[in-house]
Amino acid sequence: MRHLLSTKDLSRAEAIQILDIAEDMADVQTREVKKLPTLRGKTVVNLFFEDSTRTRISFEAAAKRLSADVINFAAKGSSVSKGESLKDTAQTLAAMGADGVVIRHHASGAPQVLAQSDWIDAGVVNAGDGTHEHPTQALLDAFTMRRRLHPGASRGKDLDGVSVVIVGDILHSRVARSNLWLLRALGAQVTFVAPATLVPVGASTWPVELSFDLDATLAATRPDVLMMLRIQSERMNAAYFPNAREYARQWGLSDERLARLRPDSIVMHPGPMNRGLEISAGAADSTQSTVLEQVANGVSIRMAVLYLLLSGEREALS
Amino acid sequence: MTRESTAPNGRYLLKGATLPNGDGADILIEGGRIVSTGTGAADAATTVIDAAGLVALPGLVDLHTHLREPGFEQSETVLTGTRAAAAGGFTAVFAMANTLPVSDTAGVVEQVQALGQAAGYATVRPIGAVTVGLAGELLSEIGAMAQSRAAVRVFSDDGKCVHDSLLMRRALEYVKTFDGVVAQHSQDPRLTENAQMNEGALSSELGLKGWPAVAEESIIARDVLLAEHVGARLHICHLSTAGSVDVVRWAKARGIQVTAEATPHHLLLTEELIRSYDARYKVNPPLRRDEDVQALRAGVADGTIDIIATDHAPHPRESKECEWDAAAFGMVGLESALPVVQTALVDTGLLDWADVARVLSNQPARIGRLTGHSHSFENGAAANITLVDPAARSVFELDRLHGKSTNTPYEGVTLSGSVRWTFHQGFPTLRDGVLADTAETATAAREFARSQEVNA
Amino acid sequence: MARTVLQQADTARALTRISHEILESNRGADDLVILGIPTRGVLLAERIGRLIVEIEPGEGTDAGLTGARRDAADLVGSLDITMYRDDLSKHPTRTPQPTQLPRQGIDGKTVVLVDDVLYSGRTIRAALDALNDLGRPRAVRLAVLVDRGHRELPIRADFVGKNLPTSRDERINVRLAEIDGVEEVTIEG
Ligand SMILES: [Zn+2]
Repeated sequence: MRHLLSTKDLSRAEAIQILDIAEDMADVQTREVKKLPTLRGKTVVNLFFEDSTRTRISFEAAAKRLSADVINFAAKGSSVSKGESLKDTAQTLAAMGADGVVIRHHASGAPQVLAQSDWIDAGVVNAGDGTHEHPTQALLDAFTMRRRLHPGASRGKDLDGVSVVIVGDILHSRVARSNLWLLRALGAQVTFVAPATLVPVGASTWPVELSFDLDATLAATRPDVLMMLRIQSERMNAAYFPNAREYARQWGLSDERLARLRPDSIVMHPGPMNRGLEISAGAADSTQSTVLEQVANGVSIRMAVLYLLLSGEREALS
Repeated sequence: MTRESTAPNGRYLLKGATLPNGDGADILIEGGRIVSTGTGAADAATTVIDAAGLVALPGLVDLHTHLREPGFEQSETVLTGTRAAAAGGFTAVFAMANTLPVSDTAGVVEQVQALGQAAGYATVRPIGAVTVGLAGELLSEIGAMAQSRAAVRVFSDDGKCVHDSLLMRRALEYVKTFDGVVAQHSQDPRLTENAQMNEGALSSELGLKGWPAVAEESIIARDVLLAEHVGARLHICHLSTAGSVDVVRWAKARGIQVTAEATPHHLLLTEELIRSYDARYKVNPPLRRDEDVQALRAGVADGTIDIIATDHAPHPRESKECEWDAAAFGMVGLESALPVVQTALVDTGLLDWADVARVLSNQPARIGRLTGHSHSFENGAAANITLVDPAARSVFELDRLHGKSTNTPYEGVTLSGSVRWTFHQGFPTLRDGVLADTAETATAAREFARSQEVNA
Repeated sequence: MARTVLQQADTARALTRISHEILESNRGADDLVILGIPTRGVLLAERIGRLIVEIEPGEGTDAGLTGARRDAADLVGSLDITMYRDDLSKHPTRTPQPTQLPRQGIDGKTVVLVDDVLYSGRTIRAALDALNDLGRPRAVRLAVLVDRGHRELPIRADFVGKNLPTSRDERINVRLAEIDGVEEVTIEG
């Protein structure tokens, strides 16, 4: 694997390989010595044009546990905010000898532009681009599902027949997109639930069930997995829905809705959560919630991805 | 006829050319005019050009060019833009008003026109802004521009839509006074805030903000009804959707005085190219679906779309070598226009060469009230002529570009047709694919202008 | 041209001898851990483990095992060294294999590393590093089916099935019934 830009590019076999390697990485995380020498001498740059402390420290921990050197390059307080272009920044990182670039960018496709350019020869990991994709989040979500569904025996497994309901701001969610492509590759059935204003145009052509009605969907599908997406307050100002109260009433995971789930259904959230808006405190803290597992699994997945991108000889450009 | 030619711009015999109607002819040009078409013998003072196998078209006229001067000379100048025009077979270009300062006064339009005349590669007809500073609030001095030396007849806020309905009504009415036309860039601004590409399943997948077809179609629908109501001429720039073609077809059937244009890129390229996030494909209006491309082609073929115009929009490299959202909208198009039209419309049997002469020369000249460019090779017509080799087929490379910018979407694309010769006012600005020297062209233009004054 | 240097019976004999030698040097099977290095080292380690249990069925002395017969699974594990290799960037990306230690762990144990072929010694160097991150054995020994020479590091095997002098451009192929369908060691020139 030369870059990880999108889950749409991943085959089932490739996805399972990443998840399996993440299992090995997770095993390492349970040891006293949590560090591996694998990427000694390699330099990973966290190039963040958009604030996300969580994602950055997850990648940082992953790189450090593989013994890579990590450089954090944040748009704020650097030349990027003074208008330096992506190209100039990339060339600067190339001159610093970056082997891998973990990029988060507010513009969809920026990681792909970087990967296709001749500005830098590094492996590129998309850590979230605009409203496009967030592939490592989807991988850690799938990893979390697989571990919950097959405790202690998840290696090699796919998600055939698993039903996943994703609720919320699908329109602006890179997590929803990356999850859809990856879950489909792994064999899961996916349903998106959202108000019509937050369903992307053309989503009816995607391999997903669409629904406006959360209660009806929960009753009909009895899902294995319920994933709640973060709602951003600026959406209310842009008339996507009237107000927080109405949103929570229609599409929030309340305690009452939680009680109607199967006892073995799992509740996921990519974080950070708006407690009381898309998810109640009771649901967030229930034993069905995987929120903290998702955080821990994020490091394992990102270790697996960095290993796959940076350890072998550089694949020739295809 | 053995006397030495003293007429400006010399004497040329285009031997064995094929006229748009398919007839073969030897075309004799002298003193900037077509002297005869038929079979002619050449004397010693005549430069004979072997035009066998070449199609002769009236010089191409582009109703939609961004020359960028004044204000954005790092992207293009009147000189470089008209060199690109000559290389693409164009003998006249209408220069859009979104310059800096905006072409909203007689002073600016006269400057642009004079720069074009001095350069000599093509006739430059400035387009005047509809509103002051393209701000969409106050009408600009349309009368002063119309009565200036630039004799502006086309008014447009291109790049921005005249979206205020009342202002648009007034503009349509007011330009009637001067036999002008409003060329509307149809884009509802609210429906396209921060929009990046055609809205649909692909924009949703790529996470790029959608630019819905309705944002174009609703403005066109409103404007044709306004034009009908006030009895004015309306020209619609760069139609890009199947729905827009339907609305225009409906309007024409109703007898509304509307004309419409499509760009070469909207007739060949689709949104699928944007999967690469390569900003060379970023353009306003955006590339659309294949269904839209097919509908536009049908619209050109049946005359619903009157003309093809390039929307030549040069941008410096850094405006395209960046992430999609940050990139500028626009593509250069003068040099590739004819090959794209041949590839998309002639090779597919939708147009013949008489149609090409109509959509790329005669109709744009008529809409823009441009004299001396619309002809059928009749004796005495101004010698604005383009010779095309329709048998050529080649990979389009950056060395075909002669402007300042290289933001073409066609690099590496195989296209049919090649412009070999361009005659502007009887002077060969393009000679078997090679552009004429800048100084020589300027001198020829100066001498030609002087001879016209003497004759007048 | 491939030449067979060990037949099925030769391999079986060699492993039996190695098992006896291991028991002898360890003075029995207590506190013994056999760790195979993937892929074929793991299969060899499993076979050695079974042989050791056959030879010394004895009684386990570890907590929780008292009174029970020894089980090969309590003795044998696998040690993946992919993440510790020093040549990762010279090959296409390798897929790591799981590391599985026997329940008793490795602290204070005698660990016998098992691999099919000993060559440069770099694999064993990586294995020693990996082991070091997993715990602190009392001693580490090395058992290999074939030692072909050409060491690049100061490493030697304690238990060797067969010493096989080779030239550097020759290839040694170890094929085991479990994954290769046949059981043989060949040398290719
Ligand atoms: Zn426009």
